Amino acid sequence: MTPLIEVRNLTHVYNAGTPEAVTALREVNLTIGRGDFVAIVGGNGSGKSTLAKHFNALLLPSEGEVIVDGLNTRDRSAVWEIRQRVGMVFQNPDNQLVATLVEEDVAFGPENLGLPPDEIARRVQDTLAAVGMLEHRRREPHLLSGGQKQRVAIAGILAMRPQCLVLDEATTMLDPQGQREVLETIARLNAQGVTVIHITHAMEEAVHCRRVIALADGRIALDGPPAEVFRRAEDLKSLRLVLPPVPALAHRLRRDGLPLGQSILTIDHLEDELARLARQRLAPRSGSGEASETADGAH
Amino acid sequence: MELSRFVTIGQYIATESPVHRLDPRTKIGAVTLLMVVIFLVRDFTGYALLTAFLFGIVVLSRIPVSHVLRGLRPIVFLLAVTLILNVFFSGIEGGQVLFRLGPLVVTREAVVRAVFIGYRLIALVVATSLLTFTTSPVELTDGIERLLRPFRRIGVPAHELAMMMTIALRFIPTLLEETEKIIKAQMARGAEFERGNVFRRARALVPVLVPLFVSAFRRAEELALAMEARCYRGGEKRTRMKQLRFAPRDAFAMGVTVAASAIFALPFETWVAFLR
Repeated sequence: MTPLIEVRNLTHVYNAGTPEAVTALREVNLTIGRGDFVAIVGGNGSGKSTLAKHFNALLLPSEGEVIVDGLNTRDRSAVWEIRQRVGMVFQNPDNQLVATLVEEDVAFGPENLGLPPDEIARRVQDTLAAVGMLEHRRREPHLLSGGQKQRVAIAGILAMRPQCLVLDEATTMLDPQGQREVLETIARLNAQGVTVIHITHAMEEAVHCRRVIALADGRIALDGPPAEVFRRAEDLKSLRLVLPPVPALAHRLRRDGLPLGQSILTIDHLEDELARLARQRLAPRSGSGEASETADGAH
Repeated sequence: MELSRFVTIGQYIATESPVHRLDPRTKIGAVTLLMVVIFLVRDFTGYALLTAFLFGIVVLSRIPVSHVLRGLRPIVFLLAVTLILNVFFSGIEGGQVLFRLGPLVVTREAVVRAVFIGYRLIALVVATSLLTFTTSPVELTDGIERLLRPFRRIGVPAHELAMMMTIALRFIPTLLEETEKIIKAQMARGAEFERGNVFRRARALVPVLVPLFVSAFRRAEELALAMEARCYRGGEKRTRMKQLRFAPRDAFAMGVTVAASAIFALPFETWVAFLR
């Protein structure tokens, strides 16, 4: 099966040919498989938003190629098909809702696709239910909370039946409650088979993804499962990225001499590990403290 | 307190009624017809009947009468000026003099005309606000889009107009909220909005309007991007979830309005002569 998104030697230069030319992406190569759950992390100016906008032809490569489901984003006749396949949720929930009623807004995408009215109505119903906003369908968007607005925006994208959902810092402007709502929603959608690409600078949100891609200076610096990426604390530090709280705590404890496992990502996992250590210490043949010291030295 | 959280878009009042259920196109058509008729009526009988008709619609629509009257508040000043000008400076020569006030002569004809003009203003506002009270902004824009659609061929951008109206309505509360935030932010930095004369107050608004405009443009850009990402490419090939359908009640409502309009517009004597 062909990969969903294939990025080949992508370089993007803003204001190319002018004195203000800025290279945002440099020779990026990337393949995203179907059904994957990918987090793209990176600091300000690392190029993560620029990369995201290449996935649905909102930006075109200065050099290189982006292939979405076998369609080249440079092909002007394929633009609408690509945008239907790769939907995008943006940062500010207020600036992406178009209509004055929730259900009308969700209908906006399918209406643009030219679907028959009853099919649109069915999709609006289904997708609002999928994001848990069905009871708000007759409300006006400005009366909703940030998390609710963002869920409506997600429903608006889902109603186009995309294969891939790209969230471009969609949790950045939300309060913790709203962030949780959105993260739970996208995790559920991913479980139902939608490919999710979550762009964020909140590292802790990357913990629950299956793959983490760290961008720095327009290049892919790290790429792998979270357990692997977050193990490389020193590399992340040199990229000026901070570890998420739990891996950071585990890293500190390990540095201070606790022989914790390498791939601790969640608080539950950390708790289990600590409980395991505590049991070992309480066990009659101690001396594990010595062992941990040497382990630390080796580290 | 944030005012904008309580703002509802438009003036729509969601009381379920037969008037609410009418197709927006019917209502727009009927109101347009009534607006013409208001200017055609020439005698007191006509106005009496028109008043009764409008009142009947208000009752039928279950909109509180007090609400309709409150809608007249913005035109009170205009109404007063119109009345005064027409009573004292009518320019009607001759006629039955009621009283003199220095060089000003007030005639019976002038008073009658002033009352007619004032009444027309009131009737216009009542008729149009009946439309906005009973039709949600969504239906209203839908109705306008579909009524204008036949004129696309002569270059009327029906879809674009409707889209612009929708977006404007959608962003009114958002921009209100933003204005409040900016005012508070500027007040926190020592700006004064409630002191000084009119000019000083107007000048105090500049530091509010500039950031508001900058942010409105930024919002517009982001919205355009989001719309493109959702495959928006203008009205071409676009379908709508909600279909407007004329029901028998629409034909009935339109029929009643046309008949009533004819009765109001023709002078009383014509009817008397006709019925003989």
